[in-house]
Amino acid sequence: MAPDPAITDSADQAAPSTALPHPLEADLLAQAQAGDHRAFAQLYSLHKKRIYSLCMRMVGNTAEAEDMTQETFLQLHRKIATFRGDSAFSTWLHRLAINVVLMQLRKKGLSLISMDEAMEPDPQGSHSRGFGARDLSLVGSIDRMALERAVSDLPAGYRLIFVLHDIEGYEHHEIASMLDCSVGNSKSQLHKARLTLREALHNFPRQEARP
Amino acid sequence: MTEEANLMTCHEFQAQLPEMIGSGESRAAHAHLRHCALCRALLADLETIAEAARKLFPIVEPPDHLWEQIESAIKKEKAVFEPDEGKE
Repeated sequence: MAPDPAITDSADQAAPSTALPHPLEADLLAQAQAGDHRAFAQLYSLHKKRIYSLCMRMVGNTAEAEDMTQETFLQLHRKIATFRGDSAFSTWLHRLAINVVLMQLRKKGLSLISMDEAMEPDPQGSHSRGFGARDLSLVGSIDRMALERAVSDLPAGYRLIFVLHDIEGYEHHEIASMLDCSVGNSKSQLHKARLTLREALHNFPRQEARP
Repeated sequence: MTEEANLMTCHEFQAQLPEMIGSGESRAAHAHLRHCALCRALLADLETIAEAARKLFPIVEPPDHLWEQIESAIKKEKAVFEPDEGKE
């Protein structure tokens, strides 16, 4: 059964906590909770773009993003009857997707957060090398392609925290809770992620100029 | 701003950056920034990156075949957990 193409994500650019639900969402949710597969398909149509985009940002490649989107909606199918409306459905689903991604990454052996790593100086010294010793400022000059590429090239742990904080809008205390780390650690990792991005973005024009 | 802040090294100032960015604290008044162009540039870049990230990332459409895969996986699960469903 294909989802109804007329029903699409109505809040493409809104943050999950502020997205307005689709007018039909409450009815579809109740029907899906009662086991209506057609309603579940329509809920997929409503939320697929946001969840897939979140997975893309967190894992950085399409194949894994598809796997994790699929796992998220499978988990949703198993758990949808337990949703009691304590938060917005989109927020609940968003957190479900994040948990799926984190669980999958842990299964693959990724140590998301290491306090030792967070406190150690950068082994390559790239974060402290040449701070400010730049001919060009990034202000007003960042383009989408460069930033997307730089984020996808981040080490996985940095990328997760950068995506959760700077793109998805979660607070450090929420990230610390999700990742089971300290608030200070979350802040430190985010800072290192931004420094790494800065380095990459400054190098981007030179890379593009290569034959 | 305190005299102590005025005497900060770049290293000491940069150690405070994770707390400063996004905190709402007024950076313009920070004594070290008034005297250090390198740290001013660093801070401006990091704030630009944080702001750009919120605006630039698009919402993307998953491939059409993904729903077919999900639907197939749901059916398989139902077959395992509800093997008698649909039988008369």
